[in-house]
Amino acid sequence: MKALMKRLPKISMHAFLIVSVLITIFPFVWVAMMGTHSRSEIFSSPPPFYFGSRLLENYEKLLDIMPFWLVLGNSLMVSIIGTAVTVLFCSMCAYGFFAYEFRGKNVVFGVMVASMMVPPVLTLIPFFLTVKFLGLLDTHAAIWLPLAANAMGIFLIRQYMVTSISRDLLDAAKVDGASDFRTYWTVVLPLIKPALATLGIVTFIALWNNFLLPLIVISSPDKYVLTLALRSLQSVANTPWGAVMLGTFLSMIPLLVAFLFFSKQMMAGLTAGAVKG
Amino acid sequence: MTLTTTPNEERGTQMRAPARRRSTLRIWKKRLMPWLFISPFIILFMVFTLFPLLFSIYLSFQEWNPVAGLSSMEYVGLYNYQLALTDPWLWKSLYNTVWLAVVSGIPQHLLAIPVAYMLVSAVRGRLRHLYTATMFIPFITSTVAVALIFFSIYSTNAGILNQWLLALSNLPVLSWFFSWVQDAMPIRWLTSSDLLKPSIAMVVIWKYTGFNIVVYSAGFLTVSRDLYDAAKVDGCSRWQQFWHVALPMIRPFIFFAVTLTIIGNLQLFEEPYVLTQGESGGVAQSGLTASYYLYLVGWQWLEMGAAAAISWILFLFIAIATGVHFYFNGRKGLGEDR
Repeated sequence: MKALMKRLPKISMHAFLIVSVLITIFPFVWVAMMGTHSRSEIFSSPPPFYFGSRLLENYEKLLDIMPFWLVLGNSLMVSIIGTAVTVLFCSMCAYGFFAYEFRGKNVVFGVMVASMMVPPVLTLIPFFLTVKFLGLLDTHAAIWLPLAANAMGIFLIRQYMVTSISRDLLDAAKVDGASDFRTYWTVVLPLIKPALATLGIVTFIALWNNFLLPLIVISSPDKYVLTLALRSLQSVANTPWGAVMLGTFLSMIPLLVAFLFFSKQMMAGLTAGAVKG
Repeated sequence: MTLTTTPNEERGTQMRAPARRRSTLRIWKKRLMPWLFISPFIILFMVFTLFPLLFSIYLSFQEWNPVAGLSSMEYVGLYNYQLALTDPWLWKSLYNTVWLAVVSGIPQHLLAIPVAYMLVSAVRGRLRHLYTATMFIPFITSTVAVALIFFSIYSTNAGILNQWLLALSNLPVLSWFFSWVQDAMPIRWLTSSDLLKPSIAMVVIWKYTGFNIVVYSAGFLTVSRDLYDAAKVDGCSRWQQFWHVALPMIRPFIFFAVTLTIIGNLQLFEEPYVLTQGESGGVAQSGLTASYYLYLVGWQWLEMGAAAAISWILFLFIAIATGVHFYFNGRKGLGEDR
């Protein structure tokens, strides 16, 4: 009994942690289960808390109410192209700030810091108009292009360059007759792969989950991305919740699977601002 | 910016001295190179941030329906600001925004700090990673997906939340504790003006607490064992170790996390938008946040000028809130007093 009392704090702590974990994962389990039930089963009382047998039916229904695979393809395309361009642009800018001293550098740097302070909401309306002027309305580029060279990403990569690349190396490349671009592409980029990966992960997640930008710039249903398409299902008459939940679940799988393998990198990348201070 | 633009009178000297020409070319190239590398930022910043910023100042003094084309723009002075400031929906939305920012913000940190401390001080290695990683999952999940799931969980008649509360109230042991449930049923989580905001706040807390736990875990991990040992030698209790040793050490992390929460919460849009099905902010606009209102004005009512004015009011709001936070917590938070 005494031994138990001594262990009580530890036991209660683990109990608390386990309950927290259960609360965290409950909605994920719930959505997976609901994806296997029919509408009438979901609306029975009490609702079933087990896996049902209507998975295929829901899948067919899902394809009925939205072109799921097309939309998934759109999301993939936006996220992959956007991530690639963002990593390229941010690393280019970071290299520009890292490798050169030039007049006006501090001014641009200051502007960059300031640009991080501008809340996106503030520029939303004129941003929409800009997109419209440029003829980018209802294109996927309007989702990934605006933030393809963002201050956060540039800082992240520049910081990594500062700590991992010596100036001697750049000088040596110059002595060997490598052009500026060649130095950047074949000498620097391979050395900063971890930073590129971090930025890539963060960007991919942000693009995959983005909702507000697609909501204001995309109008034709065949250009919808997952978030937009799933949200629009709410307004379908007699919402077939089984199918909607199945679609929601499927839309989360890519990131969940990625997280299974790269949880450390993803957590470090997404909290990078805190740890680097 | 190549040499073809060189003025005519200089061309003669260059012909006579090709060596010098090559060297000026090289100098130009050298000067341009850094700008070439940072050009993506400069161009995209000008097009998608700077221009919109300036244009939104201009726009906030115009009345304009985007569907009618640019020519329909009309100068109206401060009318948009006046209109926005006298619109009860604006004040409602600002109130809701602050309410949600506070109620969904504070619990995140009050939960995350002790949980992170527990994890770091008492759970080792792989198990700790398992805990933090699991709690982090909501953060990487799309807000739309999360809100849709909660939309079904909150459902009035058949939502699992109501059904389980009902079941709990029928259990013999717990029934006295849950007796209120029977009277309250069916609880309208998303369709009553009293409960909508708390329901939204719960989703926000669920989604972002894990992120804060990871940030604070990283913070507590930077506190060296020696400090705790020294405190123990000095006779500090466990609570004192937490309060007087660990907590002051992670101040920069608290500052960072709280800043993110403030900025993020004041711009809350997706959770209330999806949970109210995008319909004018829910019952009696009790779920209408400032960003949501901005969206309605700009894209549903097509009043771009008024929306621009509102975004500046909102900006002022965010600036003041962050300013107050920086003023009171900034110096301490950034550790400058140490």
